[in-house]
Amino acid sequence: MNLFVATLLSPLLGGLLLALVNNPRLAARINVGTGITTFTFSLLLVIQVLDVKSVDAMSGWFHLDAYNVFLLALTTFVGMTTSIFSAPYMRHELASGHVDLPRLRLYHSMFQLFQFGMLLGFSTNNIGVLWVSLELATLATVLLVSLYRTPASIAAAWKYFILCGMGIALALFGTVLVFFTSSAVLGHGNEALNWTALYANAARLDPAVMSIAFCFLMVGYGTKVGLVPMHAWLPDAHGEGPTPVSAVLSGLLLNLALYALVRCKMLVDGSTGTDMAGHIMMGFGLLSLFVAAFSLHKQRDIKRMFSFSSIEHMGLMTFAFGIGSSLASFAALLHMTVHSLVKSGIFFTVGHAAQAMGTQKMAEIRGLIRHHPGIGWGLLMGTVAIAGFPPFGVFTSEFLLFAAALEVYPWTAVPLLLGLLIAMAGLFRFVQPMVYGEVASQAVPVHVNMLPVYVHFAMALVLGLAIPDFLADWYTQAAALIVAGGGGG
Amino acid sequence: MSDTLVPQLVDGLAALMLLTSFALLAQHRLLSVLNWFAAQGFLLATTAAVVAYGTNNHELYISALMALLLKGLLLPWLLWRVIRQLHVHREVEPLMNRTMTMLIALALTLFSFHIIQPIEKISHLMTRDSMAIAMACVLLGMLMMITRRKAITQVIGFLAVENSLFFAAIGSTNGMPLVVEIGIAFDVLIAALIFGLFFFQIRDTFDSLEVDAMHAHLIHKDDDE
Repeated sequence: MNLFVATLLSPLLGGLLLALVNNPRLAARINVGTGITTFTFSLLLVIQVLDVKSVDAMSGWFHLDAYNVFLLALTTFVGMTTSIFSAPYMRHELASGHVDLPRLRLYHSMFQLFQFGMLLGFSTNNIGVLWVSLELATLATVLLVSLYRTPASIAAAWKYFILCGMGIALALFGTVLVFFTSSAVLGHGNEALNWTALYANAARLDPAVMSIAFCFLMVGYGTKVGLVPMHAWLPDAHGEGPTPVSAVLSGLLLNLALYALVRCKMLVDGSTGTDMAGHIMMGFGLLSLFVAAFSLHKQRDIKRMFSFSSIEHMGLMTFAFGIGSSLASFAALLHMTVHSLVKSGIFFTVGHAAQAMGTQKMAEIRGLIRHHPGIGWGLLMGTVAIAGFPPFGVFTSEFLLFAAALEVYPWTAVPLLLGLLIAMAGLFRFVQPMVYGEVASQAVPVHVNMLPVYVHFAMALVLGLAIPDFLADWYTQAAALIVAGGGGG
Repeated sequence: MSDTLVPQLVDGLAALMLLTSFALLAQHRLLSVLNWFAAQGFLLATTAAVVAYGTNNHELYISALMALLLKGLLLPWLLWRVIRQLHVHREVEPLMNRTMTMLIALALTLFSFHIIQPIEKISHLMTRDSMAIAMACVLLGMLMMITRRKAITQVIGFLAVENSLFFAAIGSTNGMPLVVEIGIAFDVLIAALIFGLFFFQIRDTFDSLEVDAMHAHLIHKDDDE
């Protein structure tokens, strides 16, 4: 339990400290240090929770079980590697005049505050607090998206703010509806918003109210997941913000929203006893897969292109959670992990590539392998991984998902396969000319740190070749928890 | 006596809440929009106080006080200051097809009552009609955000949606737990401060507070460069 407090406090204190540090070198070091500390604490916490299966901390305010502790560790890990990547990246941005010192300070501080919001959201036992922390993480990233103060970045941040504010307001309305029925069962107090108490009494909640509530929660949190047709904010926010921000948005924030959605689905399933929620999620998932796969082909900006790939993968996960069998949930959790690792790795590489070529336009990025083999091969490897080629983990999870879909809803195999193929074609269509061929004339040498990228890809590779036993156990436990509607924990 | 009086009062306040939502939608002078927004904040505080009295729930008095300070005074005052500093306080915003907007708003209200019907049948709380009205106000706030072209009125629409959600929580569930309530209020405050920052950034970058000028930059990106 003390470990738990330390995990939460570390980014919060780090963020406050960073708000005071003006020296860019020192700030970057503190940022990395905070990331490493948070990750260490969360790792120790994971070991502790795995032993006892579930932990209630701070008199029931926080609840850790197999499902969220794994996402907690993933979040702190990607947060740590992103802070390592961001050190040389932001130094380059500072040197090239894209940011000044006060804004760099804002960046570091908000980055850690975002991390705090994420961890709070994953670990809290209270639906209301989950909503508050998701909003907190969103607000922190709004300031990060507009960091460069270019017209496009301000417009993107405004769009992000308004659309997500809207979406998340709908989610709050859904939460009020849940409280409306649960307070009749569990009494008017905090108890009526606790996941653990709600799951235990899910069958007593009114199905009609819960169905309506789920529609609001679906659209609300779905906006934050980036599901079509509420996805309009996502490519702009990813495209215009600094690359470390794109990496954590894509790799982490979308996960938190999906986590919230799945928790709500478990609750609604327990109340209504039908597959209504799952079917809605499957529909949104397939639609997102298709629209994103086609939109990929129309892009000109490299970060926007990869952000559509994120929409595609979030669609896949939503679809998998919607199926709801234990195999599908296992696949979705594995996919969540590998997508976070690979996609943030890709964004790291893309960031360096854009700095080396001085542009984000794909038509002007040429000959990355010749210019800087590390970046070129990194981008190619990442694309191979995210497109779902073996032996990377994305292949494994997509294969499992496919098997799960065939088992329960065989007809969905055709659209699934088609969507994946179209997306893959889109990725390679753009990536090949960027990595091969002659170096573009405007290319400049950059100082890069490819270590985080290789670590991410290596982990995705391990997850693809042979999932370590303890991880497999973990996914199985979490999947069982999701299928049982939380009651199993 | 208070058994019938308090629900009647809350129903009356709900009706007033709907009235302010329609009024926000119909105003075209920035300052009158702001006045109606402040009025909405006072209504919220009153509702919370009335429900607190009716249910004998002391936590709700704190919510009422927070609503009064934050939504009735602080936010309108902040927005008023921003409007003064940006020299747009006399500006008139042309409305797109007022009659049509009002008709859509009417349809949305009926729609909300239709959606909430199954819930009202099972509710035993004293304030059950307010849920439908709260939902209608949420939708009207969103309609305001769609039909307005200025960044400031869009934000007021956003805050009106937040107000309606607060009203939903008070009116239909007798208020969320205090911790959640405080968390939400904190988020709204931070959001309002960020909005304030944005107004200046937008004005400095685009020389206007029209949203279209901003989105042109993003649409341009999609088409060709």
